[in-house]
Order: sequence, then structure tokens, then C-alpha cells
Amino acid sequence: MEKKDINEVEKQMNLANDGLSDKEKTLFSDARPQVVPPVHKIFENFRNWARAQSLWMLAFGTGCGAIELRPLMTSRYDMSRYGIAPRPSPRQSSVFIIGGYASLKTIKRIVRSYEQMQGPKFVIALGSCTINGGMYYDSYYTINRIDHYIPVDIYVTGCMPRPESLLAGFNKLKERIRAGRADGMNKYAENFDWYKKNQKRIIKDWNMPDYNW
Amino acid sequence: MDIWTKIFYAVISVVIATIYGLALGGVVRKIYARVHGRYGPPVWQPFIDIIKTHAKRVAVSHGIMFYLGPVFRFAGGLGTYLFIPVIFGSAVFANFSMAGDLLLVMYFIFFGQLGMALGAGEGGHPYSPLGIARGLSQMTTFEVPFALSVIALAIQYHTLNITAIVAAQQGSILNWTLFTNPFAVVAAMISMLGMNMHSPFSIVLAPQEIPIGPPIEMNSSFLATLQTNRGLFVAAKLILFMNLYFGGATNLVVMIVKTFLIYMFSVFVGAAFPRFRPEQAMRFFLKWPTIIGIISIIFVAYL
Repeated sequence: MEKKDINEVEKQMNLANDGLSDKEKTLFSDARPQVVPPVHKIFENFRNWARAQSLWMLAFGTGCGAIELRPLMTSRYDMSRYGIAPRPSPRQSSVFIIGGYASLKTIKRIVRSYEQMQGPKFVIALGSCTINGGMYYDSYYTINRIDHYIPVDIYVTGCMPRPESLLAGFNKLKERIRAGRADGMNKYAENFDWYKKNQKRIIKDWNMPDYNW
Repeated sequence: MDIWTKIFYAVISVVIATIYGLALGGVVRKIYARVHGRYGPPVWQPFIDIIKTHAKRVAVSHGIMFYLGPVFRFAGGLGTYLFIPVIFGSAVFANFSMAGDLLLVMYFIFFGQLGMALGAGEGGHPYSPLGIARGLSQMTTFEVPFALSVIALAIQYHTLNITAIVAAQQGSILNWTLFTNPFAVVAAMISMLGMNMHSPFSIVLAPQEIPIGPPIEMNSSFLATLQTNRGLFVAAKLILFMNLYFGGATNLVVMIVKTFLIYMFSVFVGAAFPRFRPEQAMRFFLKWPTIIGIISIIFVAYL
């Protein structure tokens, strides 16, 4: 019982931000991300419906997958009829699309962008590379599983997946959001230490705050 | 009429104007999509977007001014709208129109932008001051032809009261400012292109180069306030132009038809012309529309 309490106290403690110099530490927040429970059921259902009908995506063109995102905006596939729109700023978007393999250099940017998004936030991982490394499975500089570093809601498999399968992935994500099962934001906050450990294991030049508010 | 009734009517009118402004945005997006050969988002997409942004569970703030930025912006939209009589002769849609309200409205159009500049500046993102610098300089220049056009109206109608200007245009379509003082209308319509920030004057928001510009750091409810304001502000500006230049409206249907057509003017121009660079836009506003505005004053004062 006592031990659990100590763990709780430790979780409330602020982040160390060891990667920053003393001068920079004053510039960044050292608060931990918190779990925000959903509100009353009926109200939350309504909000989930709105979240599902208005998906603003932040497209992160890490690899070749980004080329499959462009056709979605054209007349042939027209993602806007599903309420999906591109949004240039991570602050305002709700869906994060990882467009393929992530090298050690880009995973740092992925983490930064993901943490800057405001929850509830959803992640679609595009292509086989994000699941098991795909054709880069034995590369020295490419990570194999993206969901060791950020929580992923939907995987779209293929090398490369066609825009149709990406649209199908979007619709699957909508189902999950409406059912209230797309809760990556809270999952990330709950298992924050585990995710951070994984991230810090591979990102050697950690020169950013532990959580990018 | 006692003040509580007036406030009650003003609330109704603000709600209707906001819904109308947002729906207008949705309709225009649908029209764009149909022209592209797409289905396009549903007409009510802007409303869902606002609910969604409000439904965010967390919001990051950067300080007090960051809070006040969207509040000032919304106050600017609200202030602009509340002093414009929407429907001529209607008690519910008269708002708080009074003597000299035209000057107050012109001030409020500028006010929101200045408040937003302070708030977005505190966000600390390098792209927001860039967007603000572009926005404020473009605004300063398009205010010149608009102000000249308003001066021409003041000389023509001997008043700065919007209700009196609308009253002077009643009777026949030939009494509209459009026909009595066409130069003032041309100058003002060109400055409206800048006001609505459609292409060719869309460099302020420029989603490709400076991602979304001033509101780049705005998230969650901050952004939702700005989105709501966008609906109200567009409606307010269109109603102002309808009142000043196109004879006002005597009922809601006429208002909707006229403002829709005025809005389609900037949509058509936006669809046909590519974007100006900031200095090109500023030079443009200070050249042709300004000359036309001066001509309009000479036209009413001496001819």
C-alpha cells in the first residue's frame, strides 16, 4: 500500500528535462502529461461523433507513403466528403499520419509533433515499414515498430497501400472514435515512462524537453 | 424600447448572423468542390469543426495575452456586427445602430486584428509574427480605399449613420449607391477582396508557406473562438457592404440573397486570380483603388 503511494507521488513529480541546458530549462514546461477521463457518457458520445466527422490530419511525410496522401485530396478520391482536411499545424490537427518508415532522425520529429498535438489525438501508421520495418527491417538506422514510441490507432498495411486502403483506414478510425476506443492520448499519458524509455534508448542526441507541451 | 428587449433582440440577431456566416462558408466550400468535380464536405462541416475543436480535452496556453487574443478578435467581430442595422425597419435586427455608427464599425474592423496580433505574438511561433506583419500591413493599405469610399458616402448622404444611409437608398434600385456613386462602390469592393482574404490577397493565412499564419499556435477552444468569429465577422462585413452600397434589405430573404451575391464576388475573383506577394498586394491597394476612391470623392463633391 505504502509502495503504491510512493509510485503515485513519483508520477506526480515533474520531469527532469535532462536534455536541456540550465538556461533552456526555464523556457520549457516540466509538467507531466495527465490522463483526462472522458466526460458523461451521452455527452461524450456526441463529442466522439463530432471528432469522427471532422478529422484534421497532420501528414508527416517520413517515407514514400506521403505520395499516397496527395491523391486523397483530388477529385478522384476526395477525402473532404468524409470531413477529412489537411491542417498545417500540429496544434490544430487531430490525426497524425506516419507516411512510411521512420529513421532515427525522423522519430525525434515524430515524437515532438505528436506531443504538440492536443488530445484526443489519433495516429494512422501507413505501410508495412511502420509495423515491422518492412523492407528496412534490418537497416541500422530505421526503427521497426512505430507503436513502441507513440500509440498507434490504425495500421494501413501494404507496400505501398493504395489511396483506397488509406480511405478504408480512415473509416475504420472513425468507427473506433465513435465507439470511444481511440484513446491513444490517455494511453500515452498512462504509459508515459515506458514510451520515454523506448524513445530515449534510440534517440541519442536528446536535446529537447521530456514532454513537448 | 427598453434596454433588455434590445439586448434580447441583439442576441437573436448575433446567433442568426453567426449561423448564417458559417453556413455561407460551408456552401462556398461545397461550390468549390462541385466546380472541381468532387462531392465536397457537407454544408454543415464548419459547425462540426467548431464542436470538434471545443471537444478537445486539453488546451495549451502561452500566457495572458494568448488568452485575450481570441477574446479580442471575437469582441472585434461582435462589435462590428452589433452596430450595423441588419434589416431596414425591423426592430429585432436593428441592433444598436446610432448616429455615427459607421466610424465605430470601421474602428471595430481594425480592433479585432490588433488584439489578435498581441495574442498570437505571445504564442512565440516565428510564423505568427510573420503572418501578423503581413496581415496588419495589408489591412492598413486596404483601409485607405475603403475609408475614401466611406468619406464619399458621408459627403453624398450628409450623415455617418448607417440606418440613414440605407433609408436614403430606398424607393428604387436606381437610388442605390451602386448607381448614384459607382466609383465609391468599385473602390470599396476592391478593398473587400482584401478584407475577405481570399486569393489574390490570401498571403496572410498562406497555408503552404507560413502554415496558417497568425493563429498557428491557437488550439482547442482558442481556435474554436476564432472559427466562430470568422462566421460572425464575414456576415457583419457583408451586411455592412450591403447596407452602404446595395440598398440594404427589408427582410431576411433579401438580406441572404444580396450578401450571398456580394460574397460570390470575392469567391469568383479568388477562383480566377493567383496570389499576390505582400508587397504587390500593398502596392496594388495604394494605387488603383485609392485613385478610384479619390475620384469618387471628387465625383460627389464637385460634379
